Amino acid sequence: MTCEPTGLCQGKGLLTLKEGAWANNPLAIQVLGICSALAVTNRLENSLVMGAALIFVCVGSNLLVSLLRKVTPYRFRMIAEVSIIATFVILFDQFLRAFYWDMSKQLGPYVGLIITNCIVMGRAEAFALQNPPVLSIVDGIANGLGYAVVLAIIGFFRELLGAGEILGREIPGFSSWYTPNQLMILAPGAFFALGIVIGIFNWIKGPEPQENK
Amino acid sequence: MSETSAWVIFIAAIFTNNILLTNFLGMCSFIACSGQIKTSLGLGTAVTFVMIMTTIMNYIIYHFILVPLGIVHLQFIVFIAVIAAFVQFVEMFVERFSPKLYFALGIFLPLITVNCAILGASLFIIIRKYSFFQSVGFGLGAGIGWAVAIVLLAGLRQKMRYSNIPEPFQGVPIAMIVTGVLAMAFMGFAGMVSIQ
Repeated sequence: MTCEPTGLCQGKGLLTLKEGAWANNPLAIQVLGICSALAVTNRLENSLVMGAALIFVCVGSNLLVSLLRKVTPYRFRMIAEVSIIATFVILFDQFLRAFYWDMSKQLGPYVGLIITNCIVMGRAEAFALQNPPVLSIVDGIANGLGYAVVLAIIGFFRELLGAGEILGREIPGFSSWYTPNQLMILAPGAFFALGIVIGIFNWIKGPEPQENK
Repeated sequence: MSETSAWVIFIAAIFTNNILLTNFLGMCSFIACSGQIKTSLGLGTAVTFVMIMTTIMNYIIYHFILVPLGIVHLQFIVFIAVIAAFVQFVEMFVERFSPKLYFALGIFLPLITVNCAILGASLFIIIRKYSFFQSVGFGLGAGIGWAVAIVLLAGLRQKMRYSNIPEPFQGVPIAMIVTGVLAMAFMGFAGMVSIQ
């Protein structure tokens, strides 16, 4: 795992980026971290903030885990990872409370629940423990981005169909005749939306991920 | 809020405010471990037990240690440490007394640590400002509600193996959509009792 001096690790960074954000999308392909994906996507705004939170935590924890990977005893790595992740989550939570109190109220416990988000833990365990810091940052960005994009897609359609609005604003030519379907805002709509999005990802990717079902 | 009896909160946590179907917590193990009714029943029991014990412990720690010392912002890290330690304890216990269940649950027992439902329940009792008995009722109800939901889905998925589902939707996506229907069914309980 040596890093070449030129470019972002000689295209290795790009490969990692592609792998994380598309081919192994944490949400749609590996189906990790779906709790928050379902809970906060009732509005597009919430989804975007949550996506940003995850990118921040994922990058931060990946970087720190990677920097400490040589000095962390194997037996204690889990508790070390959890403490690192919790530290970044507390940072983000305090930031939201200080500057965006309304948003913090709306997201409720789900910011804190990033600690138990399998994506962050999974990347720290599977990638950052074995790779140098720069590559780990790229991996953090890629996975955070992959998560954020899928979150934004789901949030977009749920707000569009459930409230007839986007980012709390009416859409000319649409909101006037569309009757909002409350179901999309409520819990069942979240399950339907995520199920359909994963189905579509599988369909685009072709049948092979189904084999180990 | 503070007058609601613990019994009402217990019922509401199972039916109207099911932690899985309305708050979406604990989805990871819910999807991955719902293939068989027996496994899911074991996991449901384990989660219920861990949830009630950790809500009680976290309630006591929050109100008698964190608040007096003024370090409330450390609640996440303290709660997760309590949960991790307790799950470790349960794991050793199950391994000693029921090796069969231990092997059936496999990786999912340690994964209870990162089951968001457990941490979520602890956070909810703080955010909603429950009293001690309300917290006990909520912890027990949320655990049972989670177990009920996963057993229901396991039953449905066992039947679903024989149905003809379009290829891209097999596995997780269809489970998700079935859960949506389940959530819709549970919405029928709305108005029976209400908390929050």
